[in-house]
Amino acid sequence: MNIELRYFDSVRESLGRASESVALPEHVQTVGELRAYLRERGSPWKETLAEGRALRMAFNQEMTDATQCITEGSEIAFFPPVTGG
Amino acid sequence: MTIRVQIEDFDLATELAQLRAANAMIGATVSFVGTVRDMNDGASIMDMELEHYPGMTENALDGIVVRAKARWDIVDALVIHRVGLMKPLAQIVLVAVVSAHRRDAFAACEYIIDYLKTEAPFWKKEQTPEGARWVDARMTDITALGKWDVQAADTGSTA
Repeated sequence: MNIELRYFDSVRESLGRASESVALPEHVQTVGELRAYLRERGSPWKETLAEGRALRMAFNQEMTDATQCITEGSEIAFFPPVTGG
Repeated sequence: MTIRVQIEDFDLATELAQLRAANAMIGATVSFVGTVRDMNDGASIMDMELEHYPGMTENALDGIVVRAKARWDIVDALVIHRVGLMKPLAQIVLVAVVSAHRRDAFAACEYIIDYLKTEAPFWKKEQTPEGARWVDARMTDITALGKWDVQAADTGSTA
């Protein structure tokens, strides 16, 4: 399954990139599993996407949670809590 | 309703005049303008950079305004949020609401800015004498939403 990843704010700076295209293996089906899969890349992914960190996730540009199922061609984003206004 | 995410500054008087132009049903205009402070969490701020998630930001703002319109009797609403580099004193955000009577406009305006702060994907990065730092989300912004939930339960609304 091919997806697009977007990173914002301090997540983008830690990972050193704003976006990427990724081909996922069969066993990665949800946004939570994707986050764990990306952590397997090691540092800085392991720390930046760690379970305990307050991260927000978006699926096709809507806020979502770890249980969201991923579909072919979807856009998934990771970023810290928002601070606009 | 109008949602704008832009680099350029805005003129409050011009925006309010346009929002209520030629509509004599409107008896109340309420606006909120957020500006850049020169101090935050004990550090002096030289400038601030605002980043957003193009597409998702506009959709999130749109959703918040739709919920406000469903909940209060308002005629129209306008949200302008700036992005890019800003100095202290600069205007960051405008939320304006027009309605027949003041209470709906006051409540809807406060609701929109409260949810904008917690749901719309914008991020602030401050430049201080000690270097740049990303601004942390405030717990007070999240607890501020509590009052809208209570009122929603009272009225049977799910907003």
